[in-house]
Amino acid sequence: MTLLEKTMAAAALPPALLENIWLVPALPLASWVVITFFNRRLGERAAHVGTAAVLGSLVLAVAAFVGLLRIGHPVSSGGHWLTLGPVELRMGFTVDSLGAVMLLVVSIVSAAVHVYSVGYMHGDRRYQRYFGTLSLFTSAMLALVLADNFLLLLISWEVMGLCSYLLIGHWFEQAWPRMASMKAFMTTRVGDVAMMIGIWLLFTQTGTFNIADITRSAAEGHLGPAVITIAAVLLFAGAVGKSAQFPLHVWLPDAMAGPTPVSALIHAATMVAAGVYLVARSYGIFMHSAEAMLTVAVIGGFTALFAATIATVMTDFKKVLAYSTVSQLGYMMLGLGVGGFVAGVFHLVTHAFFKALLFLTSGSVSHAVGTFEIHEMGGLARKMKVTFWTFLAGAAALAGIPPLAGFWSKDEILLAVFGSGYHVLFWMAVATAFLTAYYMTRLTCLVFLGRPRDRHRYEHAHESPLSMTGPLVVLGALAVVAGLPGSAWMGHWLGHFLDFGHTLPGLSAAGHDAAAHAAHGAAGHGAAALVMPIAIGSAVLGILVGYAVYGLRLVRRESLIRAFRPIYTLFKNKYYVDELYQVVFVRPSVRLAEMCGIFDNRVIDGLVNGVGAVTVETSAAAGEFDNIVIDGAVNGLADGTVAAGRQLRRAHTGQVQSYMVALYAGAAVSLLALLWFLL
Amino acid sequence: MSGSYLTLITFIPLAGTVLILLLPRQRVELIKRAAALFSLVPLLLAVAMWAEWGQRAAGAYGMRFLERLEWIPSLGISYLMGTDGLSFPLVFLTALLSFVAVMASWGMIKHREKDFFALLLLLETGMMGVFLALDYIVFYVFWELVLVPMYFLIGIWGGPRREYAAIKFFIYTLVGSVIMLIGILALYFGTGAVSFNMMEIASKAGGMLTWRAQLWVFLALFLGFAVKVPVFPFHTWLPDAHVEAPTPISVVLAAILLKMGTYGFFRISYPTLPDAARAFAVMFAALGLINIIYGALTAMAQKDLKKLVAYSSISHMGFVLLGLAAGTHLALAGAMYMNISHGLISGLLFLMVGAIYDRTHTREIPKLSGLYVTVPVIATVLAFGAFANLGLPGLAGFIAEFFVLAGVFPASVTWVALAVLGMLVVAGFNLWMMQRTLMGEKRAEYAELPDATPLELFTYAPVVALIVILGVAPGLLMRFLDGPAADIVLRLGGM
Repeated sequence: MTLLEKTMAAAALPPALLENIWLVPALPLASWVVITFFNRRLGERAAHVGTAAVLGSLVLAVAAFVGLLRIGHPVSSGGHWLTLGPVELRMGFTVDSLGAVMLLVVSIVSAAVHVYSVGYMHGDRRYQRYFGTLSLFTSAMLALVLADNFLLLLISWEVMGLCSYLLIGHWFEQAWPRMASMKAFMTTRVGDVAMMIGIWLLFTQTGTFNIADITRSAAEGHLGPAVITIAAVLLFAGAVGKSAQFPLHVWLPDAMAGPTPVSALIHAATMVAAGVYLVARSYGIFMHSAEAMLTVAVIGGFTALFAATIATVMTDFKKVLAYSTVSQLGYMMLGLGVGGFVAGVFHLVTHAFFKALLFLTSGSVSHAVGTFEIHEMGGLARKMKVTFWTFLAGAAALAGIPPLAGFWSKDEILLAVFGSGYHVLFWMAVATAFLTAYYMTRLTCLVFLGRPRDRHRYEHAHESPLSMTGPLVVLGALAVVAGLPGSAWMGHWLGHFLDFGHTLPGLSAAGHDAAAHAAHGAAGHGAAALVMPIAIGSAVLGILVGYAVYGLRLVRRESLIRAFRPIYTLFKNKYYVDELYQVVFVRPSVRLAEMCGIFDNRVIDGLVNGVGAVTVETSAAAGEFDNIVIDGAVNGLADGTVAAGRQLRRAHTGQVQSYMVALYAGAAVSLLALLWFLL
Repeated sequence: MSGSYLTLITFIPLAGTVLILLLPRQRVELIKRAAALFSLVPLLLAVAMWAEWGQRAAGAYGMRFLERLEWIPSLGISYLMGTDGLSFPLVFLTALLSFVAVMASWGMIKHREKDFFALLLLLETGMMGVFLALDYIVFYVFWELVLVPMYFLIGIWGGPRREYAAIKFFIYTLVGSVIMLIGILALYFGTGAVSFNMMEIASKAGGMLTWRAQLWVFLALFLGFAVKVPVFPFHTWLPDAHVEAPTPISVVLAAILLKMGTYGFFRISYPTLPDAARAFAVMFAALGLINIIYGALTAMAQKDLKKLVAYSSISHMGFVLLGLAAGTHLALAGAMYMNISHGLISGLLFLMVGAIYDRTHTREIPKLSGLYVTVPVIATVLAFGAFANLGLPGLAGFIAEFFVLAGVFPASVTWVALAVLGMLVVAGFNLWMMQRTLMGEKRAEYAELPDATPLELFTYAPVVALIVILGVAPGLLMRFLDGPAADIVLRLGGM
């Protein structure tokens, strides 16, 4: 093949791939099938199958991304799925800029987690099941970001929920994972059914599940304002469940019962971001309702601050990160809610990398010291150089230190909130930024710096093997540079790439402008000059306070706790939300179920048995009559039926016959009555 | 033979019954093989009919594979058999699950095999006849025919309280069917006493019966069908019958027998008396919602695994009632879809409960734990069934629930909101059941249990596969249901 031919073939590849984008989720799906059916024969090689599949998806995702860049417009594929009377339903995929970015994020993090898991999960009793479920999850998440309709989106959404459930409960012998898995599925299910109602509402109004078509209807004014608001809020309820926003956030911290790489992939980087993605994907609906947008912003802003306060007092490495995740997801929602479409998506991307990284480092640490309790750690920086430095990169990125990834995206969000004019939300976001920097500093000091507080654990600590540190280094590098494509240094390239024309066909130019203005335009550069110092200042202040308390120990931790006892107790008990739900929802439901069980058994069945007993008494007379008069008359013929009769009698002494006689006699009378009166 | 598919598919099992009765009692293996063969042939016939479906033009009354034989012309009774998109999926389901039940019985039934398999095949004939008969008298004969083998199958091979359960089942359904008979006879006399042909009566009933008569006849038919479904408060025979029945019979009971009731609504009540159906829509919705929510809550309270599955059936049948109440195209098609999906899912769940009971000799949820560890394959299939049961998207049950509620939505948002509450409870009890039985440490007394045998896997495989296929490619089934749903909408006045 000549060079020219090769180049031409390569040029033809992207469109062909974009039209066959189903291959991207199909690879991990195939891996899941293989691992499930050849479970025993594969043994530990299951990991290779899963990793190879996700690496294949990664290659295809990169090719798709490049292809989309070259083509410059979204590509749809798919076909007829179902005919239901007047309704024609199609099933298909769309690759647009939002989808292509998500494909990259998901496949990169998933590949890193797969490689990491080879070492981390080595020797696990359900090794194959673990990798199989990881494959299925990856497939579902990839399908989700490609889905062009709400039905496929919902299917992928729930399959991810299933995988999350299975992986949280991976070590189901212990009570905590057992409870946590059920809690996760049930809590998100609450949001999911609300979301389904939203989908039904939109379907009833538009006759389609296709997201682009529905968006177009909304843009062209075919949907009433009330319909848009209600539908958007219902869709958002699904996102609240999946992205662990208040008040459905309770499942995510408990989801840490699963293996740590799962926490990194599913419960930090990808699946929990699906709620944010849903809002972004249906942005063309949301932005036509100021009420819905405000709901998103307020819930997001509140959750960001609320979860950050809890993160400051948790002493479990992963729980700090879990509440941090809840908080950061709130940040993304806040950004989307105030019109910062690009800002929200941008933060989703950067957060995926550095939060996956942070979780994986927590796994590396616990691998070394055998616990997640941060008060039993300390001084580990000396022993785990790679883990420490990559963690530091992730923590600084999360805290918003320029020019790391989190800084740029967080700044965009703050700018969008500032531009929206909701001052309370802006200062809540600033407070969250301060708290984030504070609790990450606290974590760094307690785990990696200072003196080891548990000698024994410290002695045994060691750096993790290459299969674990390798992914850390890759993600660490991304935590440093992933913000650049969206930064001013690269001319907000990501923002232009995510341009509405790509992602949300059918949006009016006015809508486009309004959202763009919120992010960059209206307040202009003056706002940027004001917001950036505030953002950096709050982060630096957070680090200083954290370092003063936990690094320099200028104030003793105990005296701080004493001084803030009521607040500390409130944070420590997570605002008692779990307890509240236990009292208000869980226990009454179980109690109601028990009452129904008793009612069914005693009252309804009791009534049935009572009616039965009375009938037996009255039919005894009929039975006598039947035995003596009718049976006597047909005795001669009865011989033939004796065999059947004997069995019947053994079963219940002949009462069945008397019932039947009584019944048919009654039936005849009723029929006559019915005909007489009514016809 | 292509001329008389329906007679063959209905009576080949009966031929099997006769043959088995002629075989010597000791030749157990031979009897089992005969039963397998005589239940496999109807399944193959059903597959052949499916393949031929497109080539057959719909005949009179929109029916295919029609067969007609005058029986008692003076009374207008004829042997009229035919199938359309409404009944054929149920015929297919009957053929499949009867075969599955026979195969499941191979390893489970340990005494009086001859009588058992003879009765099981007789039962299949009855069920086939119910779905295929288009003449009320033939329909009624098959309807009652189902009762007799079921009574003995529960009463002889059942659990400790089998006699109570069998009698309760028999009387309950007999009362129901006698009341239904009154309704049928009223229809017959009300339309001039010329024909028992269902379609002809359906075309005349609206015009010839007075409004009050229509309401009363509708109610009479309703009672007959409601007991079978079962509709609250006529449902208490079901948990008892299920708990006492041997596993394969539970499978048939849940998967097919309950569908006779809902089929009656679709085939008889709605097309024959559409105005009355509309008048009773709110009652249907109320009862459907009670079934969904009350059934789910009661399921949650159960300690017996089999009772839990039984009550969950009650809950799911509520969706069929709700779909009927809404009367929109999507809701009706979804409700018909629920007939099939629930048949497969509940059938699978009962198979799994039976497999667990066979090994542990208990169905008490508190006594089970760690089945994922002890019998991983069986536990995984049960988990699959439980997730299908709670309506996991991608599986058959979701399609049914989703389209029922999508169709109910334009009729009443309140109904949707209440039904959705029920769905949450359904998710709750399924997850809770799995948490207590499958997860956790394995118990010492069940440490060494054999996992699924190849024969068992062979029985589960087609059901599992269909649950997935119908969840991913619903068009395969919907193309049958689309026409009947449209017909009913038309009858109801294009609601």
